[in-house]
Amino acid sequence: MEQLARLGRIGISSLERLGRGHLLLAHMFSGVTALIMRPTLLIAQIHSVGVFSMLIITISGLFVGMVLGLQGYYILSQFGAEETLGVMVAASLVRELGPVVTALLFAGRAGSALTAEIGLMKATEQLSGLEMMAVDPIKRILTPRFMAGLISMPLLAALFSAIGVIGGHFVGVGLLGVDEGAYWSQMQSKIDLHEDIYNGVIKSIVFGFVCTWIALFQGHDCIPTSEGVSRATTRTVVHSALAILCLDFVLTALMFGE
Amino acid sequence: MVQMRTMEIMVGAFMAAGFVALFFLAMQVSNLSNLTEGDGYHITARFDNIGGLKVRSPVAMAGVRIGRVTKISFDNTTYEAIVTMLVDNSHNTIPDDTFAKIYTAGLLGEQYIGLDPGGSEEFLTEGGKISLTQSALVLEEIIGQFLFSKAEEGGSNE
Repeated sequence: MEQLARLGRIGISSLERLGRGHLLLAHMFSGVTALIMRPTLLIAQIHSVGVFSMLIITISGLFVGMVLGLQGYYILSQFGAEETLGVMVAASLVRELGPVVTALLFAGRAGSALTAEIGLMKATEQLSGLEMMAVDPIKRILTPRFMAGLISMPLLAALFSAIGVIGGHFVGVGLLGVDEGAYWSQMQSKIDLHEDIYNGVIKSIVFGFVCTWIALFQGHDCIPTSEGVSRATTRTVVHSALAILCLDFVLTALMFGE
Repeated sequence: MVQMRTMEIMVGAFMAAGFVALFFLAMQVSNLSNLTEGDGYHITARFDNIGGLKVRSPVAMAGVRIGRVTKISFDNTTYEAIVTMLVDNSHNTIPDDTFAKIYTAGLLGEQYIGLDPGGSEEFLTEGGKISLTQSALVLEEIIGQFLFSKAEEGGSNE
């Protein structure tokens, strides 16, 4: 009996959390119109969410592209198909690695920072303070961060893919001697704008949405103690990573399965 | 105030970099530059078997790409495949007795339509039909024929 009650408690509390998360999302969306009137708030958040993530994204993108160039070359040269290296590098970056790795890095770099920031604001009663001054803390604090994440993520993913393609070019063409014309022309003939690039952008928008939502919800919903904030930050990274990888499977099945 | 200004500049640089990356992916990596090849005219050809030909497969003449396949349909009465292709307007002097054949690029590469020009003075125009065609080579059929002829050879030697 006791076990059954515990199971029920877990079920109810997770459903409650899910409900609170959606209420928070709806509340955040209701603040979008007010945000348009004050774009400086948004710019400040894009600065902390997007600009500060740029360095890690570009460096990771460069090295991921270079590794793809190396690995792809060794495998493709066994079939005498080194010329298709460009296709392999670009397709794997644009379709999968670009959105997914960017989102994972984004969750680690920006998501955890957002959770810790919001959680600490809650622990130090800054959010309650805002409410006392009749300022809606969700509209004032959370909405700009949410929109900033939503805007930054596709741009970061595009940056990652583009730098990765250049990194693959550097290793494949520069070091391993793949023909430069073949690298680009094969890529251009096989990579489709709609099939590959648009779908990659859609993926990254979805991941940006989910990552930022999880980060903000965990921050807003945390227990306002130092331990609670630290737990919420951990949960942000874990939940974001799981959500990204599961959603990636679903999206890939929907987009590329015929 | 100065701080605000540098922040705005950095955000602007970030967004510009993101859009440049998207533009780079669209123009340099994908086939957008091949898509915008301008207007053309449609011609159709009937094949007994198109093998692995797909929509957007290239149409080439003397190995040079002059258009692409836009539609593939099936004729229910003659059991033939009808391939519609879009040829660039700049190549408007293709004789109407041109021979269309489905080739494979490399041993395992993609299939494309190769056009061999005929000697006619009349040129193909919008809606023109190519009547001389040759089907795609299906690897299994060739191997089957090869084995069959080998077996016949062996039989006649005895």
